[in-house]
Amino acid sequence: MQKLVEIASGVGDGSLSASAVVEQHLARIDARESEIHAFNLVTADQARLDAAKVDADVKAGKKVGALAGVPIALKDNMCTRGVETTCSSKILQGWKPPYDATVVTKLRAAGAVIVGKTNLDEFAMGSSTENSAFGPTKNPHDISRVPGGSSGGSAAAVAAGFAAASLGSDTGGSIRQPAALCGVVGVKPTYGVVSRYGLVAFASSLDQIGPFTSDVRDAATLLEVISGHDPLDSTSIPQPAPSLVSVLEHGVAGMRIGRVTDLPDGCEPDVLERLESAFDALRSAGATIVDIKLPSIQYCLTAYYLIAPAEASSNLARYDGVRYGNRVDAADLNSMYAATREAGFGEEVKRRIMLGTYALSAGYYDAYYGKALKVRRLISDDFARAYQSVDTILTPTSPSVAFEFGSKTDNPLAMYLCDVFTIPTNLAGHPAMSVPFGTGAHSMPVGVQVLAPTLGEQAMFKVAAELERAS
Amino acid sequence: MSDVAALPNGWQLIVGLEVHVELATKTKMFSASANRFGDEPNTNIDPVTLGLPGALPVLNQHAIELAMRIGLALNCKVQPCTFHRKNYFYPDLPKAYQITQYDNPLNVDGHLMLPGEVRIGIERAHLEEDTGKSTHFGGSSGRIHGSDYSLIDFNRAGVPLVEIVSRPDIRTSEQARQYVAELRSILLAVGASDAKMEEGSMRCDVNVSVHKPGTPFGTRCEIKNVNSIRSVGRAIDYESRRQVDLIESGGTIRQETRHWDDSTGRTETLRTKEDADDYRYFLEPDLVPLIPDPEWIEAVRAALPVLPAARRLALAELCGVDKDGESALVVVERGQDDYVGAVISAGGDPRRSIIYVQQAFAEQGATPKVPAKDLAALTILERDSKVTSTQAKTLLTDLIEAGGGDVVAMVAKRGFETLDTNAVEAMVDAAIAAEPGAWQKYCNGEDKALGALVGAVMKSSKGKADGKVITALLQSKKNS
Repeated sequence: MQKLVEIASGVGDGSLSASAVVEQHLARIDARESEIHAFNLVTADQARLDAAKVDADVKAGKKVGALAGVPIALKDNMCTRGVETTCSSKILQGWKPPYDATVVTKLRAAGAVIVGKTNLDEFAMGSSTENSAFGPTKNPHDISRVPGGSSGGSAAAVAAGFAAASLGSDTGGSIRQPAALCGVVGVKPTYGVVSRYGLVAFASSLDQIGPFTSDVRDAATLLEVISGHDPLDSTSIPQPAPSLVSVLEHGVAGMRIGRVTDLPDGCEPDVLERLESAFDALRSAGATIVDIKLPSIQYCLTAYYLIAPAEASSNLARYDGVRYGNRVDAADLNSMYAATREAGFGEEVKRRIMLGTYALSAGYYDAYYGKALKVRRLISDDFARAYQSVDTILTPTSPSVAFEFGSKTDNPLAMYLCDVFTIPTNLAGHPAMSVPFGTGAHSMPVGVQVLAPTLGEQAMFKVAAELERAS
Repeated sequence: MSDVAALPNGWQLIVGLEVHVELATKTKMFSASANRFGDEPNTNIDPVTLGLPGALPVLNQHAIELAMRIGLALNCKVQPCTFHRKNYFYPDLPKAYQITQYDNPLNVDGHLMLPGEVRIGIERAHLEEDTGKSTHFGGSSGRIHGSDYSLIDFNRAGVPLVEIVSRPDIRTSEQARQYVAELRSILLAVGASDAKMEEGSMRCDVNVSVHKPGTPFGTRCEIKNVNSIRSVGRAIDYESRRQVDLIESGGTIRQETRHWDDSTGRTETLRTKEDADDYRYFLEPDLVPLIPDPEWIEAVRAALPVLPAARRLALAELCGVDKDGESALVVVERGQDDYVGAVISAGGDPRRSIIYVQQAFAEQGATPKVPAKDLAALTILERDSKVTSTQAKTLLTDLIEAGGGDVVAMVAKRGFETLDTNAVEAMVDAAIAAEPGAWQKYCNGEDKALGALVGAVMKSSKGKADGKVITALLQSKKNS
């Protein structure tokens, strides 16, 4: 599989044709997409036009961007001007945004070629893509197994070679968990590093866009392109994008890596075994492993499943059939609202809207939402204490390797537990990434997760690069 | 002024007002869409205004500054604050939530003074965004229920608003009217809003309750759709009487929102407390806390203009009129107080200067075309009885039409030189001779007969004689 950086440099210096690169990827899509279903929409025609434009620019001696000719897939919850953006929901089916998300504008400016919109759990709510209204995505390593979620389509697209890279969104682990399950690199940056403008909101205080790539260098390159302050997003951090590629060869000698001794139970032994190997590798490379405690981590899952649904209940209220998306006509206004939302939303989305509405209701706010916010402060305090003695923390990304379709669909709580190691990062607003580190049960990929404090991306990428060298 | 008697049987009216004003910004509260009234529907829109998926709000700095001006003019404390989401479904609310301020508003704890040193507390003045405007067609009520279809104009959606919430310190409908009028002139003075109630850029919700002094406040009803200062008074008078009548006939007041119907002069139930939405307020995660720099606050405070109350006081002292009277009120509201000052500085008669401007300069704006010295000259001519008050009015019209000029020349042109008293006396004698019947009646105490005599003199003088002089002459002849 061609790396993003190889394509970009080859296309940039004229030794590689962007059109040829796109054709290779479209050919792989033709060959396997019908079984994988990574995409809601493949924009082949536009991709060919865009690639030809890049080639013409190179030929004309124009300066091309850092992602010249790189085929990239976008999770279908990022707005693309004039191109259907559905969130894998019937309620938005057919909706074409009149504007591009900031990340899309940045990708285009850097010369990337967008090949399509990838499948996801409806409105990014889920951990397997089984909640997509348009059918699940299959794990390219074993099509009887889920790719993880919610950004399962984006993870599978990279794992299957449909795109050199993709973007996903991560609210509680939706980039890192599918990255782990599909054996690719997935990064959730510090909250505010990548603009959310044009990302269809699930839980605004937790959502963050990040890259999927086949290696750490590609991830660093892509993240450098999409990050940076955006005046259209008030929560965007007002400082320039971090320099990440420059630190990849720095190694980890002298770094202190945290091992969480009070990690929640439920992690499969094969995954824990890979985690121990990762600690060994880092120790061998000169890092010190330090035991730390995160006492509040056991409350994070519960807090998350109050905060995220609460925000979602508000964010998804706009899908009322009045201005855009699908409408089911009815006798009066309230019946129209109810019929539209009944028909337009899937079961999991409705469950979370109900949960969130309840958590914010008069008389329940303090006991549920208010208490969840306290947990959020507690886990941030725990992390702050831990980061006094360590530079990064290493945990499993997912408690298990990719599971089989249908194995958790009847039990929402079992599905929610998929995110037990990824959620604390979102609550704290910190960066974290999943790096492939060998295989576990059923020869399926295992990822380890590198966590860092706010704007600690450089330390995080140093450790990730070291793990990649050791794997 | 109040056209309704005080409440009967010792009932006391308690009123608090919530006033929404649209801020005079170029763009909307959270996006670059134009904030402009009267444009073609749905032309001032963008992804943020329409609440499209993925769109995010960005605070308009000018809106914050105008809101701070309002707060500072109302003697509020300006403080670090946050934004919340108020969630409810309605077709003209694009995101299905309104971004507003909840437990941490920008401005708190202020007050506003009414005539007679009545102090009305201001609880808060917070920032929020306006909704779109729905128009319902078909049906009889003009409301969504029962209508055939509705159209929505999103030009108004996202327009910056400040909601000014008074404490329940208002005790009469007259005070409520004064409060709204005073608030309006403050808003105009600080340039925060055009405050046009007829265009909806200033809107009042009125909270009304009644109680007997010494007992807790009664249950309040909130009245909506009160769209003029006059309606504020009428709605309060109607609603307070309704509440008293209901209580005295054994009923109880339900906490509810009521709709004021200006044509019937009544309020009707819009929704009861039980039907009220649970707004599920929570901190708006798409915005960060707003922490105005203390230096910024002080700069805004320093740049505030002199407020209407202080200007009325200064003007009233200068002109020798009542500071709470109509002339000071009107002239300051039009911003013509500096002009009146200039007329007086140019030697004008103080009282006449303010009255002339009040009565004849409604269309002139803050900087009338008539040079101050010309108006000053006219007031002196009248003061010195060189022209009659009727003639002065005509000359004033001439002066305004010509945009100023030599008043003495205008007097000559109109032939307004007043007749000397001897000439008038001769005409009075002639009138007595010509109207002996009227003269006899007048001498017998029938004052009505005076008109015929004065009229006769006016006629023979071709209007140049001063009516006051004629009357004085007749009076002295009767008494002699």
